[in-house]
Amino acid sequence: MKLFKFRGGVHPEGRKDLSAEPPIRSLPLPERLFVPMQQHIGAAAKHQVAVGDHVKKGQLLAAGVGMVSAPVHAPTSGRVIAIGDFPAPHPSGLPVATLTIESDGDDAWLESEPPADPFALSPEEIATRVGAAGIVGLGGAAFPSAVKLNLSRRSEIRTLIMNGGECEPYLTCDDRLMRERAREIVEGIRLIRHATGARVALVGIEDNKPEAIAAMTAAAVGSEVKVVAVPAMYPMGSEKQLIQVLTGQEVPAGGRAADIGVLVHNVGTAYAVQQALCHARPLVSRIVTVSGAAIVAPGNLEVPIGALAADLVHACGGFRETPERLVLGGPMMGTQVTGLQIPIVKGSSGVLALTRKEVEANQPGPCIRCSTCVRACPMGLLPLEMAARIRAGDPAGAVDWGLKDCIACGSCSYVCPSHIPLVHYFNHAKGDLAARERLKMKNEATKKLADERNERMARVVREREEAARQRAARKAAAELANAAAKKAAEKEEVAA
Amino acid sequence: MTPIVHSPHAHAATSVSQVMATVMLALTPATLFGFWLYGWPAINLWVVSLAVAVLAEAATLKIMARPVRGALFDGSALLTAWLLALSLPPWAPWWLAALGSLFAIVIAKQVFGGLGQNLFNPAMAARVMLLISFPLEMTTWLAPMPITSAAAPGYLQGLAITFAGVTPADAVSSATLLGHVKTDLGRGFGLDQILAGIWQPLDMLWGQRGGSLGETSAVLLLAGGLILIARRVITWHIPLAMLAGVALPALLAHLIAPGHTPGLAYHLLSGGLILGAFFIATDPVSSPNSTGGQLLFGFACGLLTWIIRTWGGYPEGVAFAVMLMNAANPVIDRYFKPRIYGRDRKGAALVPAKEGAK
Repeated sequence: MKLFKFRGGVHPEGRKDLSAEPPIRSLPLPERLFVPMQQHIGAAAKHQVAVGDHVKKGQLLAAGVGMVSAPVHAPTSGRVIAIGDFPAPHPSGLPVATLTIESDGDDAWLESEPPADPFALSPEEIATRVGAAGIVGLGGAAFPSAVKLNLSRRSEIRTLIMNGGECEPYLTCDDRLMRERAREIVEGIRLIRHATGARVALVGIEDNKPEAIAAMTAAAVGSEVKVVAVPAMYPMGSEKQLIQVLTGQEVPAGGRAADIGVLVHNVGTAYAVQQALCHARPLVSRIVTVSGAAIVAPGNLEVPIGALAADLVHACGGFRETPERLVLGGPMMGTQVTGLQIPIVKGSSGVLALTRKEVEANQPGPCIRCSTCVRACPMGLLPLEMAARIRAGDPAGAVDWGLKDCIACGSCSYVCPSHIPLVHYFNHAKGDLAARERLKMKNEATKKLADERNERMARVVREREEAARQRAARKAAAELANAAAKKAAEKEEVAA
Repeated sequence: MTPIVHSPHAHAATSVSQVMATVMLALTPATLFGFWLYGWPAINLWVVSLAVAVLAEAATLKIMARPVRGALFDGSALLTAWLLALSLPPWAPWWLAALGSLFAIVIAKQVFGGLGQNLFNPAMAARVMLLISFPLEMTTWLAPMPITSAAAPGYLQGLAITFAGVTPADAVSSATLLGHVKTDLGRGFGLDQILAGIWQPLDMLWGQRGGSLGETSAVLLLAGGLILIARRVITWHIPLAMLAGVALPALLAHLIAPGHTPGLAYHLLSGGLILGAFFIATDPVSSPNSTGGQLLFGFACGLLTWIIRTWGGYPEGVAFAVMLMNAANPVIDRYFKPRIYGRDRKGAALVPAKEGAK
């Protein structure tokens, strides 16, 4: 199959060998699980259980709210012991609404009957079941998958692309999943293809994962699923870049992949879809890579949603040395966290404990305009120019240089010889612009209300004056009539 | 634990000082050749350039109350001085190098805002300043006198040449080829007549010729340039475009008027073209960011060099050409940008292709 190239890109040190070899292990069931209501892009789910309720594994804990949302299910059987705030897996560590479940140790599923033949279901029915199973994009973005399936039905999808790129260094959760559960993944891919009506389903896997490619190719024999080895190059696993490499097409700026007839899902998501449709099991666990040179025994764990990151590190032997930095997700796009007392959520792909040497942190220096960042940018942007404008307090100027097209992949920061935190600037500016946008909308709304009030007040005054004028006119008319009547009476008197 | 920082949480093993060190490494072969070719005075000149540059950098940073340590050891001042030294006549007096380094660092670099802020290449700005202010000292050339030859000045004599201006009687001053040809063409001689006996292409290639300290060995400079390309410090665009910018008009003119305009090899191998193409024009700070811009920039540098050599008042034009294009750099950067993914060249979002069009 003919492959295309994407512009720029970098070759970060993979470090996948740390965790790629040991098979997936199950995390020993923690005593308590902390299940946040917000694990996805969109509105937080609303809880449907009360403190003290006993729940079965897979039972609905919280229902999705609104158009873009996802329900949350019990990751194990046990008792709901608290509904309240708990630190979120986010750099701020701010608390979010979280259900705490005390495990009863049975890990007993809520029994429910899967459909006899999931392929007999209509696309709508598949999307509904995927939505009810709480499945979100497991590549990290955590966008509700059912919403994506429904959106895609409105545009004509010709190509389904399954993202097995896993271009982030360290992460091997998709790699292991493809090696060990290729049959299930392929079945999930076929179900998604069925739901979208796509003609072809391409699985893009970076060529640094030969075992995964072999396993997936073997599992896909005789199906409409085609496994394609793509060059290992960061950010191959970015939706836009993977589409470009596999189809030669670009997603229009500001548009969606569906605009060019493409839909992209992660291979982990396909596995979750298969579990939901063939076994009636909602998304209550995922594979998480625990790695970094500070970890004693890196590897991949199958983890119930809501387990604490600390439990995972403990299960991997703990720390070899004090880590310099803790990261959720991959090193290129993951978020730094300050502690491990935070729950694993549906979008958590990795827990990394990195040493000082791995982080290679350095004080930022002045930009020497070497344009290494320009050569690295997969979007064709000029990171140095955008950063210069943001530093000068002109985020709108940065937008003129393409800030809104930035995918925050981190390639520019990674290669910058001056160690300038370019992506930090870009995300800060994006946040700043969003805040300004909100403020502008608020000001406009306030102005509109104020204008309406002034209008109303003016009308009231106008009406009052009008009424007073009318009263005066009536009074004048009445006096006039009185006077006339008096005059007439006088005349009559005189005449008499 | 360090405060919260944004991704990425990994970094390529690279730094500004490493980039500067690579460039200096790439300059080393040509520099050592220059030392060998012109002896102790050349070494003295190089040392003075570098020492004054570092002192000037430290003093300016101190006066501006900026952190001295980090900026001083990034290697940028050393590199600037190194490039300046390579572009000076090898037996030039010490004060010429000192003044040049001072000007390069204080005026051309720090006054503009320090590393990364300079509009002009500091080494070339200093060279042009010296050339205009001290035309005699800047054009007093010397026939090669290898350090291993009997006539070469010893260490003490070298000190006297550089610091006291005592030129030994047996030193042969000689015009550079470019200067010689320019003068004689101006006097109405034919090219064959002028070049007879003095045009030795092989010597030009290896560097056995009169000229600036480090500009003579085309082969060694080319090797250094290839190191830079291999180590990805520079790309091929600017050097190749600059060589093409000289080669194309030279070729064309030589075809039209072979008796009056020197040919391709003459232009490519003489003066500071190779040094300029690989080490000067490629200065990241003062060259364009996009490949299109770099091609234009490089070609224009070459074309201007050829124009100045052919019709200008000075025999050599690399420094002037590069500075002129430095001034045009912000405009080039404004009009030459890479195409953004999902957009056309003008920046409008792509229109999705229809099914039939595919």
